[in-house]
Amino acid sequence: MASIANDLPVASTHPRWLIPAALLAIAYLVIPFVGTSYLFEAILLPFLALSLAGVGLNLLTGYAGQVSLGSAAFMAVGAFAAYNFNLRVEGLPLVASIVAAGLSAAAIGIVFGLPSLRLKGFYLAVSTLAAQFFVQWALTKFGWFSNNSASGVIDAPPLGVAGIGFDSAAGRYLFALTVVTVLTFLALRLVSSQTGRNFIAVRDNDTAARIIGVPVLRTKLLAFAISSFIIGIAGVLWAFAYLRTVEPAGFNLDRSFQVLFIIIIGGLASIRGAFFGAALIVVFPLVLSRLGAFFLGDIFDSGVRDMSQRIVLGGLIILFLVLEPDGLVALWDRSVRRLGSVFGRS
Amino acid sequence: MTILNKFKTAALAAGVALTIALPAAHADEQYFPLQSYRVGPYAAGGTGFFGGFIDYLNLINTRDGGVNGVKLTWSEAETQYEVERGVEAYERLKSNPNVAAWNPLSVGIAYAMIDRITADKVPLITINHGRTDSTDGRVFPYVFPLLLNPYSETSGIVNYIASKEGGLENIKGKKIVVLYHGSPYGKETIPIYELLAEKYGFELQQIEVPHPGNEQQSQWLTIRRAKPDYVVLRGWGVMNPVALKTAAKTGFPVDHIIGNVWSNSEEDVIPAGDTAKGYTAITTQASGTEYPVVKEIVSTLYDKGQGNLEDKNRIGSVYHNLGIVNGILNVEAIRIAQEKFGKRTLTGDEVRWGFEHLQLDPARVEALGAKNLFHSINVTWDNHEGNGYVTFQQWDGKKWNVVSDWIAPDWALLRPIIEKSSEAYAAEKGIKLRTAEDAEAATN
Repeated sequence: MASIANDLPVASTHPRWLIPAALLAIAYLVIPFVGTSYLFEAILLPFLALSLAGVGLNLLTGYAGQVSLGSAAFMAVGAFAAYNFNLRVEGLPLVASIVAAGLSAAAIGIVFGLPSLRLKGFYLAVSTLAAQFFVQWALTKFGWFSNNSASGVIDAPPLGVAGIGFDSAAGRYLFALTVVTVLTFLALRLVSSQTGRNFIAVRDNDTAARIIGVPVLRTKLLAFAISSFIIGIAGVLWAFAYLRTVEPAGFNLDRSFQVLFIIIIGGLASIRGAFFGAALIVVFPLVLSRLGAFFLGDIFDSGVRDMSQRIVLGGLIILFLVLEPDGLVALWDRSVRRLGSVFGRS
Repeated sequence: MTILNKFKTAALAAGVALTIALPAAHADEQYFPLQSYRVGPYAAGGTGFFGGFIDYLNLINTRDGGVNGVKLTWSEAETQYEVERGVEAYERLKSNPNVAAWNPLSVGIAYAMIDRITADKVPLITINHGRTDSTDGRVFPYVFPLLLNPYSETSGIVNYIASKEGGLENIKGKKIVVLYHGSPYGKETIPIYELLAEKYGFELQQIEVPHPGNEQQSQWLTIRRAKPDYVVLRGWGVMNPVALKTAAKTGFPVDHIIGNVWSNSEEDVIPAGDTAKGYTAITTQASGTEYPVVKEIVSTLYDKGQGNLEDKNRIGSVYHNLGIVNGILNVEAIRIAQEKFGKRTLTGDEVRWGFEHLQLDPARVEALGAKNLFHSINVTWDNHEGNGYVTFQQWDGKKWNVVSDWIAPDWALLRPIIEKSSEAYAAEKGIKLRTAEDAEAATN
């Protein structure tokens, strides 16, 4: 159980909460004052939204062992549900629309989780594809979802809680950060609870789990519901805080794969892994593209540069996975341990 | 040498390198951020359009030394026609000084940018596409669907079909099928076709082709059952040649298929081979290299190896010429704004004023070397489309031939529908309608 070992705290002298707390302090107290709009709009907002989607999928795939290719569909459900709750229910506060959107995504998640009672592994992955295609089809087919907007694209409403607006770049960042922090905290609590242990039991051997008294059916559906709830809210952040516009095609199969890659690269069955993976998927292509433009900008046009970045990125992902199949989070822990022992000796 | 000294030397070297690398600060420059796409499924459109646009900017710099001495500069960021890449590119490029206007050539990206460019006060150009109700300058001060918005295009196509039938009264009872791309762009015209069908009494059926559209057997079998008089092809990218080939397979006559403005390029018909012969499509700008401005681009740039297109055979193609026309419109807007504000680098808001006075009559178009390349444009503060004219071209297997005069869409019919939609948007967003006085003032 390498993945369980991953989540054991690294043997160290400082308390376990120190690093997250320090990161949060920087995220809240420093970044909003020093960040540029590029940092918020192009890096941190997509990073936060995709990290949250990764956390959601990791609960389902990493902890409960149910492979899903429908993440983008649940993101879409969340985004469109939040839009419609906000539009159609007069006076509903934004936070309430967001929670309702998460619940809608959870309901759809349960429906498409039903096949998991009979299917496993690749077969289940293929059946979650149905969610991907069905949701996108339904959102395009019925104009009601996009308020009969001519092109099917809808505008995000202004962000605000209790009369305080969050519409600047830094404001949307703080809003997203708060949502992600709260949900990540809840996810952390969940995986160390009895339910979290049930997830892992079902993943490792569902027959054995049933024998020791884990309600397998309920656990699987619960995993789908909770995971979809979180992914749905990630969809709201993606649409409302990051892009500020929603269209069904933005939540296509590519996005589902992106979220899946985030948790595989970051580390399965690790909440931190989702953040590592999202950082790599979001930030790394941008760094490569900047470097490419800086060094090769005069020689090749942007098309050639973009193609070569993909090759480099693909190669690096393969390299990472060969060197460390347990993901970036394992790589990180090992580096920290090594550094710790080096400094410990000197 | 101590470590400290090494650091000092390195820092000094880096500093020197940085100073050299930084371009000497030009006082008078106008910058075009280009969110282009040269890879991905729509690369044919992207390379042609941005190639033409860059070629024209380059021509102005090389031939005239810029616009009244103000040099034009640009840089590109790849979007692959994807919204989130477009947003990243926007955030990356907007930090450059002296931005003149944005030209993303993507409906999805343009939608995501509307709030942002309105806050930044920089114009957003969506030539021949975009959000139809952004035509209303009272609600969308910084968005310009120049030449042809989707509703005008629809009206132009219906008018052309009517002219083939001998007048609008004769299309009553005729049957038209619209085959549209399953994307925001493709769906934009659904309500206006319904409205025109009701008004003129033709029978209408609208059929969606899911993105990207490389399989259309069932759609064309439906069409065969419906036996329409005309099929309007509202495609994009690979969907178009597949439609033409499948039409031939199911026996629908190609000369009764009318392509819309994004189904009208060489890249749409050449892959379809002989099945495309006789296919007609709407356009706002003719193809071909016989126009003086295109000839000048060839002699000034391509003959010296400075052209942007890699494949010289694409010079004068539909997308390349559209890029050139887009270049003309952007540059002339700057020129017009310079007349008012001075021959210097302008702010985005001043360029917006220029676009709102972008009035090029056929004589001015001829003086720019673009006679018959496009007709004219007449943008005002509240009409951001500028009443472009359309023409129809037919593919003969080798090139497009113009088969109609310049046709005017029915703007008077469309305007109230557009205003209804834009006013609803203004109410939803809490936007106060702009007046002519507001539009006249431009901030620095």
